[in-house]
Amino acid sequence: MHKSKYRKVLILGSAALKIGEAGEFDYSGSQAIKALKEDQIRTVLINPNIATIQTSENLADKVYFVPVTPDYIEEIIRKEKPRGILLSFGGQTALNAGLELFHRGILKKYGVDVLGTSPQTIMDTEDRRRFVDRLNEIDVKTSRSAVATSVSKALEVATEIGFPVMIRVAYALGGLGSGVCRSEQEVKELAAKALNLAPQILLEEYLSGWKEIEYEVVRDRNDNCITVCNMENMDPMGIHTGESIVVAPSQTLNNHEYHKLRSIALRVIRHLGVVGECNIQYALNPDSDDYRVIEVNARLSRSSALASKATGYPLAFVAAKLSMGYTLPDLKNSVTKVTSAFYEPALDYVAVKIPRWDLKKFRRVSRKIGSGMKSVGEVMALGRHFEEALQKGLRMLEIGAVGLVGNENFHFDDLTDELKSPSEERIFAIMEAFTQGFTIDEVHRLTHIDSWFLYKLKVVADLGKELALFRGQKIPAELLLHAKQAGFSDKQIAVLSQSEVHNIREQRAKSKITPFLRQIDTMAGEYPAQTNYLYLTYNGMKDDIQPTKEKIILILSSGAYRIGSSVEFDWCAVNTSQTLRKLGFQTMMLNYNPETVSTDYDQSDMLVFDEISVETILELEAKVRFHGVIVSVGGQIPNNLASQLAEAGLPLLGTPADQIDRAENRHTFSALLDSLQIDQPQWKELTSLQDAVVFAREVGYPVLVRPSYVLSGAAMAVASNDLELKQYLQKAVSISPDFPTVISKFLLNAKEIEMDAVAKNGEVIVYAISEHVENAGVHSGDATLVFPPQRLYLETIRRIRLITAKIAAALQITGPFNIQFIARRNEVKVIECNLRASRSFPFVSKMLHLNLIDLATRAMIQDQLTKPAASIFELNYVGVKAPQFSFTRLVGADPVLGVEMASTGEVACLGDDFNEAYLKALQAVGFRFPFQSVLLSTGSIESKAELLPAVRRMQEMKMQIYATRGTGQFLRNHGIKVKILKWPLEGKKPNVVDYIQSGKIDLVINIPKNYQPEELTNGYLIRRSAADYNVMLITNRQVVMRLIEALSEKRTFPLPAKSWDAYR
Amino acid sequence: MTGYPEALTDPSYFGQILVFTYPLVGNYGMPAAKNSMDWQRCYEASSAMVSGMIVEDYSMEFSHYKADTSLAQWLYNQKIPAITGIDTRTLTRKIRESGVMLGKIIIGEEDVPLWDPNRTNLVQEVSVKQVEKIGSGKKRIVLIDCGAKQSIINELKLRELDILRVPWDYPVREEHFDGLVLSSGPGDPMLCKPTIDQAQYAFEHDIPTLGICLGHQIMALAAGARTYKMKYGHRSQNQPVMDQRSRKGYITTQNHGYAVKTDHMEKGWQVLFENINDHTCEGLIHKSGKFFSTQFHPEASPGPVDTRFLFDQFLALL
Repeated sequence: MHKSKYRKVLILGSAALKIGEAGEFDYSGSQAIKALKEDQIRTVLINPNIATIQTSENLADKVYFVPVTPDYIEEIIRKEKPRGILLSFGGQTALNAGLELFHRGILKKYGVDVLGTSPQTIMDTEDRRRFVDRLNEIDVKTSRSAVATSVSKALEVATEIGFPVMIRVAYALGGLGSGVCRSEQEVKELAAKALNLAPQILLEEYLSGWKEIEYEVVRDRNDNCITVCNMENMDPMGIHTGESIVVAPSQTLNNHEYHKLRSIALRVIRHLGVVGECNIQYALNPDSDDYRVIEVNARLSRSSALASKATGYPLAFVAAKLSMGYTLPDLKNSVTKVTSAFYEPALDYVAVKIPRWDLKKFRRVSRKIGSGMKSVGEVMALGRHFEEALQKGLRMLEIGAVGLVGNENFHFDDLTDELKSPSEERIFAIMEAFTQGFTIDEVHRLTHIDSWFLYKLKVVADLGKELALFRGQKIPAELLLHAKQAGFSDKQIAVLSQSEVHNIREQRAKSKITPFLRQIDTMAGEYPAQTNYLYLTYNGMKDDIQPTKEKIILILSSGAYRIGSSVEFDWCAVNTSQTLRKLGFQTMMLNYNPETVSTDYDQSDMLVFDEISVETILELEAKVRFHGVIVSVGGQIPNNLASQLAEAGLPLLGTPADQIDRAENRHTFSALLDSLQIDQPQWKELTSLQDAVVFAREVGYPVLVRPSYVLSGAAMAVASNDLELKQYLQKAVSISPDFPTVISKFLLNAKEIEMDAVAKNGEVIVYAISEHVENAGVHSGDATLVFPPQRLYLETIRRIRLITAKIAAALQITGPFNIQFIARRNEVKVIECNLRASRSFPFVSKMLHLNLIDLATRAMIQDQLTKPAASIFELNYVGVKAPQFSFTRLVGADPVLGVEMASTGEVACLGDDFNEAYLKALQAVGFRFPFQSVLLSTGSIESKAELLPAVRRMQEMKMQIYATRGTGQFLRNHGIKVKILKWPLEGKKPNVVDYIQSGKIDLVINIPKNYQPEELTNGYLIRRSAADYNVMLITNRQVVMRLIEALSEKRTFPLPAKSWDAYR
Repeated sequence: MTGYPEALTDPSYFGQILVFTYPLVGNYGMPAAKNSMDWQRCYEASSAMVSGMIVEDYSMEFSHYKADTSLAQWLYNQKIPAITGIDTRTLTRKIRESGVMLGKIIIGEEDVPLWDPNRTNLVQEVSVKQVEKIGSGKKRIVLIDCGAKQSIINELKLRELDILRVPWDYPVREEHFDGLVLSSGPGDPMLCKPTIDQAQYAFEHDIPTLGICLGHQIMALAAGARTYKMKYGHRSQNQPVMDQRSRKGYITTQNHGYAVKTDHMEKGWQVLFENINDHTCEGLIHKSGKFFSTQFHPEASPGPVDTRFLFDQFLALL
């Protein structure tokens, strides 16, 4: 076997999850580390994303939770002296940082080789001009395009190419700042914005309606080159591939087209000299075989993670091996274990990827999808039929859809417009169009989606109609089978035929209509394979495998990443599996998220890539007979299934389902707290507007409003007076006896505290308390967490511990749980309790060097546990977990913190003290220190006064201070030198927005006055400008104060970079 | 996962019922074939070669700018029975373990007897009946048609050759020619005795020779090697082979149940390509460099076109 001369290699991670860069890079980085470890190569990993698997104890030899920026990386290179560096496993973040190190000559200075694809090749693919030139050299067509570095040049070029024209930004992840322009005015606007993000932009011919096809290509240093997977975007060109429904393999290409594009892919990748893995995207004319190469990503990508899961070919693992000098024929196919890695998988199923959006969480956001990415996660569904996979996938999204048909929660005011310029719900608009009698041709003309896909949708629409004919009657067995084969769920059939789920299920049992377990074997069944990678299908007659008689425990994993649930639950599920396997159990993992490590088939004894639903789990139970089922490590999706699964007789491990239900139900939980004499904010469930106002006045404003049915906009809101409450309840929600709204007292100036703990049979085994930097009112997912707490009274901590013990005993908790508290002075109130692992489990586990999930798992199987010594809680260091926002991508969204979660990811950094850890964490989510100029617009008079000391320090630090009128006058009155700028809506100069646009302001501090910025306000325009022009933005007072304190103490950057194991 | 029009018209599948492992078939219909120019571009023969087709999920509608008829209509016109809604994965696994077997498609109540195509000389059935002149060029080659795919002919035409396409048992010594091509085709190579003789004639007279698939097996037999029936035949578009000279790998299309055993080969012959998965022989070359063969299909169609360069290497020998 090959022996590498590289004994120590540095790997760059992708930092926080953000739109365009999500969990897929945890998968690829983890695989890379494993590939190197196998050859005894030491690995050093830089990634501040503490919730990832790749930053776990047993993977990389050294982990640094520091920002993935050139300064920090240089520090670590100096210290660790690696001989090689891997840039292609941490997304665009790692690639950009690596290129910067290359340009600065740092890699050369320290003798670090870039392994795999060379920097020259990366630049050829990243720089649009070079890319086009390189492809011209081998007569490969790229889209007509030209580069512009100014708005006037952009206009000139656009006129030359002809409208509509597409604007793209070089070096941007997920098509950030890209868009279609149909007029000179649109070019002016978009070019100005885009040029703020990057020094050059690209204008190119608009290929709307062309098919969008991707290939994943692998090449080794000996020029062996293969395409592992091809994929077809159901949504044609014009919609970013991250926003498209993608199907693998392609469905509408014939042999000639497939292999024409495949051989171009090989030629291009050979010519560019990629070593490892890359992705190539094409536009293909649907009426000829004309094509354009759109781009090449010379790194692992979202698409490559998808392709790995869709085919079973471990692309990241193989890419890492190739980077270390192996050739493809050297490597084995890790699915069959006997055949070679030098092969192209043959599929005998369809994989469908569907993006998951969370646009409705944001106020004012544009819900149109297009050439920029807005989705926050994705699902992948497998089936033997396209309809089967697609319908499964739509349910996996967990957006209330039961499939393609039978949904009641999607409505379109203007169907034609929705089809033409789509929102994230277009697929349902197409189904609605069929209901309203549109023909396939008509829908095709509006959407440009290939008629083959539309025909398949129509098949489902027609089947739905047929099922509806059997309202209240028994459905003929043949039709029932047909429906199941087309991917209808029992619930969906029940909805359509006005029956009950259990009736459908019983009828299926009687007619022996059950699904079969199928293997993903990469060989389409033509060669024997020892694979444990499985899915269910109704299109078959036999299971591929017979599960063993061992004790098998089912672990329900995370589902699609979304705002509020992401990589942390993948970490929990993977760790659960590891512990169970160590203890001699067999594990079966159930998940459908292709961006995860839990869906790597080496993470469990069996991987079932399918729906996390009661129906699916019962079908698996019928085949496997589980020894136990774990619902408490995958986040809210599995947690919500607990009662139904217990009722169906499944052996849930951990806290009993009725106790989970007791904690989830607001009424029973509140009664429990009362009986335990534990304080909680006053609340009431209300069914009319009048009662709501009466109650709000009684407890006093502000109040938190949680409706059960939302008409538009975000679900939760804070109202600070009658007017705001009425406005919100009238406009945004429906309040009635059917849809009650919960109103609770909203405490001001209170601290919020998280308790993460593990209990066994009601006794707390281990716990970790973290405090929020922000006062209560900011969603815990958007808050900055500090561990151990730095600003809590000992008495508060003591009370929290006591309350936690009481609740754990009362609910007989066994396993992981999380309680959220608010505290003012020493008054402690419980605001939420989840009997499952929480977002902060990986953070506190890694801070403590104590794996809480390992303990929780052992508790759940009633293993012997000893309480850890109290001394482990005495830490000599501080960890800070900070949120990552993706507002720049969410066009129009109001970038403000509130009660609804808005962040897409998080990081955590460690330091010898709070200030160090805090500043590093902020840098890791994109803050740039030090900075010179600040804009202040600080809201209410109390807020202005509170921030005054911080502003004085800014002045001491010689920052240029700008302010809006009120804030400016207040500051002048207090002797601060400030330049006052005009409000955006005043339209006068000097205007705030101009200053933000032209880069004169480094940091915008905008503290909103009220909690419901629904209208187009000055505040909104300031915040939005900051997001649009990538200017740092803070909207929370505590964050400003802590930041300025920290900056006045720490003035030289980078801050110390110590490895994780140095903090002990 | 693409290529059903090509596969259904490949003479190597003559007489067989073809099972597609990819479940979705018919999506892009069948390309128009109004004249011979048309079909020679998109099909491997002017009519269907298979006896039947089995798929999991036939697409009742098709969508492609090149298509003018559905697959079902095309099969109907060709009088080829086909069936959809079959668990083709289970069927594939059965065939994998038990080998190629006899089968029948029963439509309605009327049973039909099993028919064993291997009792007939399949090569004779699919070979041309008369000598045919194709293309023009300075060099002349003889293509012995054991069931040649149209795309082999297309590749040769592309290289401006004067092609004489002759029946499988045609005595080539009667012709003057610069090179010999032994085509692919159906069935057991041992039944092609007359063709083996033609290959030997070419070797003896130092005439550059290229053998493809069945042609490769025939060449191997002519060189003293033996052939045997494989446990798992190669029938896919993703078979990896390694060029033993350059140590470079290629992905190839294959369709064969027999393979070459190289133990008893005459001196001067060596393995040119080897299968990376099971290390079976995928090609031979004589040390003179004048005669070589591939078990896989360098003309692809369907499948990857990575090894088309072999036609250029052959051309260079002429």
